Amino acid sequence: MADIITSPHISGHADHHDVDYLHDGKGLKSWLTTVDHKRIGVMYLWSILFMFFLGGVFAMMIRLELLTPKETIMSAETYNKVFTLHGAIMVFLFIIPSVPAALANFVLPLMLGAKDVAFPKLNLFSWYIYMAGALIAIAAMVTGGVDTGWTFYTPYSTTTDGSVALMTFAAFVLGFSSILTGVNFVATIHKLRAPGMGWFDMPLFCWGIYATALIQVLATPVLAITLLLLIMERTFGIGIFDPKLGGDPVLFQHFFWFYSHPAVYIMILPGMAIISEIIPTFSQKTIFGYRAIAFSSVAIALVSFIVWGHHMFTSGQSQLASAIFSFITFFVAVPSAIKTFNWIVTMYKGSVAFNAPMLYALSFLLLFGIGGLTGIFLGAVSVDIHLHDTYFVVAHFHYVMMGSTVIAFLGGLHYWWPKMFGRMYSEPAARIACALVFIGFNATFLPQFVLGSRGMPRRYYNYLPEFQALHQASTVGSWILGLGFLIMAGYLFASLRKKMDAPANPWHSRTLEWQTASPPITHNFHEVPSVGGGPYDYYRPVGTGRNA
Amino acid sequence: MSNSTHDVAEHRFRQHHFANAEQQLDTSKIGMWLFLATEILMFGGLFVGFGLMQGVYPEAWVAGHHHLDRVLGAVNTVFLLCSSFTMVMAVHYASTDQKSKTVMNLGLTLGFAFAFLVVKYFEYSHKFHDGLLPGRYFNLAGIGGPPQQAMFFGFYFAMTGIHGFHVLIGIALIAWIMIRANRGDFSSAYYTPVDLVGLYWHLVDLIWIYLFPLLYLVS
Repeated sequence: MADIITSPHISGHADHHDVDYLHDGKGLKSWLTTVDHKRIGVMYLWSILFMFFLGGVFAMMIRLELLTPKETIMSAETYNKVFTLHGAIMVFLFIIPSVPAALANFVLPLMLGAKDVAFPKLNLFSWYIYMAGALIAIAAMVTGGVDTGWTFYTPYSTTTDGSVALMTFAAFVLGFSSILTGVNFVATIHKLRAPGMGWFDMPLFCWGIYATALIQVLATPVLAITLLLLIMERTFGIGIFDPKLGGDPVLFQHFFWFYSHPAVYIMILPGMAIISEIIPTFSQKTIFGYRAIAFSSVAIALVSFIVWGHHMFTSGQSQLASAIFSFITFFVAVPSAIKTFNWIVTMYKGSVAFNAPMLYALSFLLLFGIGGLTGIFLGAVSVDIHLHDTYFVVAHFHYVMMGSTVIAFLGGLHYWWPKMFGRMYSEPAARIACALVFIGFNATFLPQFVLGSRGMPRRYYNYLPEFQALHQASTVGSWILGLGFLIMAGYLFASLRKKMDAPANPWHSRTLEWQTASPPITHNFHEVPSVGGGPYDYYRPVGTGRNA
Repeated sequence: MSNSTHDVAEHRFRQHHFANAEQQLDTSKIGMWLFLATEILMFGGLFVGFGLMQGVYPEAWVAGHHHLDRVLGAVNTVFLLCSSFTMVMAVHYASTDQKSKTVMNLGLTLGFAFAFLVVKYFEYSHKFHDGLLPGRYFNLAGIGGPPQQAMFFGFYFAMTGIHGFHVLIGIALIAWIMIRANRGDFSSAYYTPVDLVGLYWHLVDLIWIYLFPLLYLVS
C-alpha cells in the first residue's frame, strides 16, 4: 500500500500572507470579474438556488391548484403556464447546471490537485451566458409566458400564443453555457491532473463529471439547432416541423429527444458521482468496485445517445424502432445496477456514520431504486402504451430528477458546505430537514404512481372526483417537502453568520480536496500536491486498522 | 531563436495555473477540438433534417436547386479554399517568426472572407428580388413547381445563414489576431491563438465544402 502523503499545510487556518478565496478581494466587482473557479462555483450556486426557489414556488402552486378537481386558485391558462415554467426552470436553469457548474466547478480542480480549471476566463464567461439566459427566460415569463410544457412540442408550440420564441431562445443561450462548462471540464480532466495522478487515481466524482461533460459537449449542439429551427418556424414559418407545409412534427420530437434523453443523464450522472464520494467517506472505507463504477459512468453516457426513441412509443414511429429502443433502454439498467450494488457493498462491514450527507445518500439509494425500476416499466413498449402521458410518468421522472439528482445535490451541498464556506451547519437541524424532505417527497410522488396507473393524465387542469383523495395526499406531501426546504434554508444561512469554524477535513474523508484548508486559499494548495497513491490514500482515519 | 526570447514569451502568455507552455498549448487545442465537435454536431442536425426532407420531396429539391447560381457557389468555394490556404501559411509564418508574412497572409484570408460575403450578398438579394424568401414569405407563384420548394429555401437560408454568421465571427477573430500579430505578440514560442483561429477557420471552410454540393448540386 502506498504511503499516506499529506501536503505540509493542512491546518484549518491559512497563512497570514495567503488569505482564503472568500477574503481575497473585497466588494462586488472582485466577484464579478473573478476567474477563480471557487468563486465562480459559488456564484453559480447562489444563481441556481434562486432558480430552484422560483421553480419550487411554481411547483407549490401546481400542487395547490390540484387540491380540488375544479378551479382552486388559478385559471386553466395560468395553470398551463405555471407547469411549463416549473419544468423549464427546473430543467434548464437548475438541475442541468446544479452539480456540474456549481459544485463540480468548486471541487473538481481541488480533487485533481489543480490551481484552476483549464480555461478560467471561459468559466466566468459561461456564468455570464447563464445569467443572460436566465434574464431572457424571465423576460419570456413576464411578456406573456409559455404554455407548451418544457418539451416545446410542435405543432402546438408553433401555433400557440405567448413568448415561445423568447423562451426557446433562452434555452438556446443556456445550452451554450452548458457546452462551455463541458468543454472546460473535459480539458481540465485531461490536462490538469496533478503530476503523477493517473486516470484511475482520480476520485470517482471526476469520472462522473467527465461522462457528464462529454454528453454536454456532444448532445447540446443538437438541441441548439433544434431550438433555432423552432424559432425560425415560429418567425418565418419555414415549414420543417409543420405538416401543413409538408413538414414533420415528429422530426422535432426526434431532434428534441436526441438531446433531451442524454440530458437526463447530464442530470443523473453528477448525482451518482456525488454518491460515490459520500458513501465511502461516511462508511470509512474506500469505494468497492472503483473501475466498475468508473466505466459504468462512461457506459451510461454512451448508451444515452441511442435510447431517445423510448419517449416516442406512441408517436407513430415503426414498431421495429420501438422494439429496438425498448431493448436498449433495458440495457441502461445494467450499468446503473452495477453502481447501486457497488455502493451498497461499500457500506458492508463499514463503520457507517449517519451524518446529513450520508442520510441524503441513503435516501438516494432508495429513491433512485424506485425511479430507476419504474423507468424499466416505462421502457417496455406494451406497458408504456398504457402509462404514456399519465401521472405514472410524472412520478417516475420526479423520482429520478428530484428523488435522485436533487437529493444527491443536497447531499453534496451538505458534504462540501464546510469546504466551500469554512463553516459547519447545525447537524440536528440538517437531519430533521433531510427526514422531512424524504417523507415529503415520497408523500408527494408515491400517490402519483397510483394515480397514473389508474389513468390520470399528466398536465390536466381538472380531474375526476375519484382521484381527489390521492391528489390531496400529494399536495399535503408538497407542504412537508416545502417545510423541509424552509428549515434547510434557515440553518444554512445561519451557519454563514457564524465565525469560520470548519476544520480542513471534518468528515475524515480520504480524498484530496480535504487536504487543503476550509475554505481553500485562492491557489487551492500551497504547493503542487504530491500524489502517488490511489484516490483514497490521502488520509487514514485514526483507530481504523482495516485497510479497506 | 534564442532561449531568452522563449522565456519572455513563456513569461508573458503562460497563465498561472499551467505548469509550462506545452501543457497550456495542449489544453487549448483539446478545448478547440471539442468546440469544433460541437459545431459539427450542430450543423449535423441541419444536414440530417435536410437529407430526410430531400428523401420525402426529391422533386421539390431538384426544382429548388435550379434557382441557385452554381457559378457563384463555385466561385465562393474557391474563395474559401484559397482563404484556408492563406490561413495555413499564416500559421506557418507565425510559427517561424516571420511577422510581416504572417500579417500579410492573415490580410489575404480576410480579403477572401469578405469576397465570400460580397458574393453571398448578391446571391441573397437576387433571391429576395425573385420572392424566394424563407417560409411564409416565399412566393411560389413567381417560379412555379412543387410547393415544398419553400421548405428547400427554408433550409437554404437556415444553413447558409448560420454558416454566414460563422464567417462573420471568423472575420472578427482573424482581424483580432492580425492586430496582435502586427503588435508582435506571436513567435515560434507562442502562437496558440493563430493556431486555434486557423482550426476554426478551416472548419468554417469545411462546412461550406459540404453545403455547396448539398444545396447547389442536387441531382
